[in-house]
Amino acid sequence: MSETRFHSVKDLPSARLLGTGTPMCAGCGGLQALHQIYNLLGGRSVFVNAAGCMTLLSVYPFTPFRGSWLYTAMASAPAGAQGVRDALDILIAQGRMPPEEDLQVVALTGDGSAYGMGLSATSGAIERELDFLYIVYDNEGYGNTGQQTSPATPHGARTATCRGPGGFAGEKKDLFAIWCAHKPAYAATLVGAEPLDLARKVETALSIKGPRLLLALAPCPTGWDFDPRHTVEIGKLAVKTGLWPLKEYREGRVVHTKPPMRRVPVERYLETQGRFRHLFEPTRRDDRIAEIQARVDAYWEAVAP
Amino acid sequence: MTGMLLTGNAAVARGARLARVDYVPAFPITPQTEIIEALAGWIESGDMLGRWVTLESEHAMLTAAGAAAATGVRVFTATSSQGLLYAMEMLYTVAGWRAPFVLANVSRGLATPITLEPDHNDILAARDCGFLQIHCATCQEVLDNLPIAYRVAEDPRVRLPVIVNLDGFYLSFTREPVVLPEPQEVDAFLPPFEARDIRFRASQPESQAVAVLGGGPYSYFRYETHLAARNGLQVYAEAGAEWGERFGRVYDVLDLYRSEDAEICFVMIGSFATKAMAAVDALRAAGRRVGLVRPRLLRPFPAEALRQALVGKRGVAVVDQNLSFGFGGVLHGELCSALYGLADAPILLSFIGGLGGRDIAQSELFEMARLAAAADRGEAPPPRLLYTQEELREVRKLQTLAHAERNRLEDPGS
Repeated sequence: MSETRFHSVKDLPSARLLGTGTPMCAGCGGLQALHQIYNLLGGRSVFVNAAGCMTLLSVYPFTPFRGSWLYTAMASAPAGAQGVRDALDILIAQGRMPPEEDLQVVALTGDGSAYGMGLSATSGAIERELDFLYIVYDNEGYGNTGQQTSPATPHGARTATCRGPGGFAGEKKDLFAIWCAHKPAYAATLVGAEPLDLARKVETALSIKGPRLLLALAPCPTGWDFDPRHTVEIGKLAVKTGLWPLKEYREGRVVHTKPPMRRVPVERYLETQGRFRHLFEPTRRDDRIAEIQARVDAYWEAVAP
Repeated sequence: MTGMLLTGNAAVARGARLARVDYVPAFPITPQTEIIEALAGWIESGDMLGRWVTLESEHAMLTAAGAAAATGVRVFTATSSQGLLYAMEMLYTVAGWRAPFVLANVSRGLATPITLEPDHNDILAARDCGFLQIHCATCQEVLDNLPIAYRVAEDPRVRLPVIVNLDGFYLSFTREPVVLPEPQEVDAFLPPFEARDIRFRASQPESQAVAVLGGGPYSYFRYETHLAARNGLQVYAEAGAEWGERFGRVYDVLDLYRSEDAEICFVMIGSFATKAMAAVDALRAAGRRVGLVRPRLLRPFPAEALRQALVGKRGVAVVDQNLSFGFGGVLHGELCSALYGLADAPILLSFIGGLGGRDIAQSELFEMARLAAAADRGEAPPPRLLYTQEELREVRKLQTLAHAERNRLEDPGS
C-alpha cells in the first residue's frame, strides 16, 4: 500500500457525499462504513440494492445518493449489477453513450443476502468476472427484521430466533473465504471504525476491474444491544481482539492489513453487547468465553508465518 | 420477403433478431432451449449484433433483463414453466420498474407431478404481475408478434414488459411455413429503443424502484401501472394494424373466425385454437352456425371487444388448458366477469382439457358445440374436465402393474 494517498486520517475525504436524514438507526455501523466508502466512490456510480436495512435509504421521493440507485430483490442484486454493467458496455460500444458517462456499478447488500439468499447470484457474477463492486454491511443477523439468526451470526450470540442459554450454536459462515475460492479481482474485510484501513482498501478496489468485495463489519446498536455512542469503540475492539481480521485478497494472496500485535482478550468485546450478556450473567461462563477465545487464537496461529 | 419452414422456437428467435435486440440474458429450460441456442449461435458467429450472457437462474436472468432494459438497451429473453415461476418475484419487480422488454414463454405444465408437456397454467400464474401477455396460435403469428411486442412495450403510453406466449411442443417444435419480413422493413416499423425517463448515466443520476412508506404513494404507482397496462389494448391494436399495412397480416386484440353470424362460439387461446377452426369448418359444412373467438391479449384483458363479439350468441364453449384448483378454468372465470350483468349475455359452458400435453380431439370439440347449442339459458353447468374412461383405465392399469411389480420384488418366491 505504499502508493496510497491515505497516510493519516487528515488525508481522508471530508466530502460527505451521502446525504443526511435517512431512517437508519442511530449509531449504525453499516451506514458509517457506507458513508466512508461513498465519499471515495463518488456519485458516478449506480447502487443495485438487495432487500435489507439499507433499502430504506431511498424512500420516495427522496434519496441520500448523489448518484444512481436501483432496488432489485434480496436474492439477485449481483444479477441486477450484471444487467446494468452489460447495458452500459453495450451503449458505449455502440456509441450511443460517451465513455465519460460510464458508472461504477455497485451491489449493496446486508449479510442475510450476501451470505445466504444472494450467494448463488454472487457466485455466478464472480464466475462471469463481472466488473462490479460488492459492498456488504455485515451486522451478523437479519437486522431489518429484528436481528434473527443469519448465516453471518457468530458462535454464541443470542438472536431473536436463538434465545437459549448457549446462544447460537453454529459458526459464522466465512464469506471472505468463499469469495477467495472464486478467485475474484479483489476482496477485503473492513470496518467503519478503522477509516484509514477502509479508505486504502476502497482506493485499491477502485483501481481494479472485475468482481470486488468490500465486506464491512457493521456494529448494530439495536441488534447487538449496545448504546449507539459505542459503535466506534466496538468496531475497534472487534479488530483488536482479533475477532474481525482486517485483510485483503489480491492476485491469489491474502494479506492481513492490520493484525493485532497483542490481542486484547475477546471478553472485552463480548461484554460490551447485550447479545453476549448470557456469557457473563447471571453466572460468568468462563468455559464458553474460553471457547470463543480458542477459536480466535486458532485463527491467528494458522495465519502466523 | 422469404418463406421458410420454421418451428415456433425458431420463429421466436427470428423475431427477436428482426427486432435487433441488444442483449440476451439467458437460462435454458425445455422446451425453450432452441430459442436461446439459435440466438447464441448468431451472436457468436457475428450474424447478429448483441451481447449474450448465461445467468445462473431464471430469477437472476429476469433481474439482469430488467436492469439492462432500465439502463437503456433492447432486451430479449425466454423461459418456460418452472423457470417462469422461479422468476416470479422478478416479474413483479421489473414490471414495477416499468422496464420495457420482451420475454417469450413456451408454455408447459407445472410441477407437481413434473412434466415437460404443455398447458397454460405457467403463463396464467403470471397473469397479475404487470407484464402484458400476447398469446400466439401459429409460428407466423409468433414471429410477427415479436416486433409488435416491442412496439407495445416501448410505447410511452405503456412502458411495460411483454410476454409473447406459445405452446410448448405443439408450437415450439412444429415446423410451419413462415414468411420472413425483410429486416429493413421491420426497422421502419420498429425504430431503435430510446430509453427516456429510465436510464443510468453519470450526468443524469436516477433512482429507480425506491421504497415507499404508506399506502398513498404505493397505490399511486400501482394505479399508474394499471392505467398503462390498459393502454396496451389500444397500442397493440394500432401496432397490429400498422403491421398489417406493411406486411399484409393484421393483428387485433381478438382473432375472430366465422364468429360474426355464429350462434355458438368457442373461446380459447393458443395453438389449439387452430384445431377449433377445423372443427368450426366441419360444423359449418354440416349446416351449424359455429365460430371461434380467440383473445390474443389476456393482459390487458380485452373485455369490451369480447362483449361485442359474444353478446347475443346462444351458447359459448370456453376451453381452458389450465386448472385453477377449487375453481375451474381461468379464462372461463375472466369471461364470466366480462359478461356479468349484460342483458343478452350468452350462457358460458366451461371445458377444461389439454392439460400436460393431452390432446383435445375433434370429436370432443363437436360435443362441446352440441352441449353449447343445447344449453338452457339460466343456470350454467359446472366445469367439465375432458377426461375419458379409456384414459382413466390406462392410469389404473399402470397403477396395477406397478403394484404387482412391487409385490413381486418384496416376495421373490411367489
